Amino acid sequence: MMPGLASALALAAVLQGGTPAAAPQRTPVIVEETKIDIQVREIASELRCPVCQGLSLQDSPSELAQEMRDVIRTQLEEGKTPDEVKAYFVASYGEWILLEPTAKGFNLAVYLLPVIVVIGGVVLLFVVARRWLGQTAAAANPPDALGEPDPDLAPWEDVSAR
Amino acid sequence: MNWRRSMLGLVVGLPLVALLGFGLTRDPARIPSPLPGKPAPDFSLPVMDGEGQVTLAALRGQVVVLNFWASWCLECRYEHRDLSRSAEAYEGKGVHFFGVLYNDTAENGRRWIEEMGGQSYPTLLDGGSRVAINYGLYGVPETFIIDQTGTVVHKQIGPITADRLAEMIDPLLAGEGRP
Repeated sequence: MMPGLASALALAAVLQGGTPAAAPQRTPVIVEETKIDIQVREIASELRCPVCQGLSLQDSPSELAQEMRDVIRTQLEEGKTPDEVKAYFVASYGEWILLEPTAKGFNLAVYLLPVIVVIGGVVLLFVVARRWLGQTAAAANPPDALGEPDPDLAPWEDVSAR
Repeated sequence: MNWRRSMLGLVVGLPLVALLGFGLTRDPARIPSPLPGKPAPDFSLPVMDGEGQVTLAALRGQVVVLNFWASWCLECRYEHRDLSRSAEAYEGKGVHFFGVLYNDTAENGRRWIEEMGGQSYPTLLDGGSRVAINYGLYGVPETFIIDQTGTVVHKQIGPITADRLAEMIDPLLAGEGRP
């Protein structure tokens, strides 16, 4: 009975986000990330895994991706800058390896088209909204109401005011 | 519909349709390699069944055919006979064929060669796939044809045939001695 209660209490403590002392066998292993670890992760996230569909080297579990991450690490340790490492992969795999295309030539369309479409949309909205507003205003104040009182209606003005 | 509205539709719609139509003509799986026309990345790899290393730089002045393969690769079976026969046909003519075992163990590689009835050229071992990555390999089989100056002439993705090999190699041999 007692051990069962103790473990139930420990479980409750863990579920409530209790201290590690409540679950001694689950001591978290804290791995200190070095500067190179961080750089490898950053570069691997920007490169495409060649044997996957739309995965980065960082996210891919494939063996080739693992080996390519090792290549990134080796080159960084040799003193290459992140840009030089990326240039190496572009030289062997082509621009395709970059998950984010460089803003040059035809690629510019990827960056400019959305901006152009958004601006076009705003302009269109503005023009259409103005037309709608004009129509509503015209409907609310028909020319007659703004003009001279209609002499034909004059006899009835008193009636409606009553 | 008034003419201004139809003009606007044309101005916005036509380029969009043209862009999407252009996209349809392109196969996203065919990725052009930047290597043809560039110097072939050098390598020095151990021979799977044999002594010593093969260094690409030492083969300057010769045509090199580099075929990446693996025992687990189905398409490699289709091209194996053509490659082996071509290697025999070009023996002593200044053409060197090499297989590079990709992502595989030497043991599996040997068993595969035995099963396929032999290989007329040596296979090299690329532990860690460093050479494969240098050559921008996507998968196997891929075949690189390197001319006498050490420049990549052609990259074949997928199985290669004897005809295709001859088509690429013969002009290189004919042009030998050119500056």
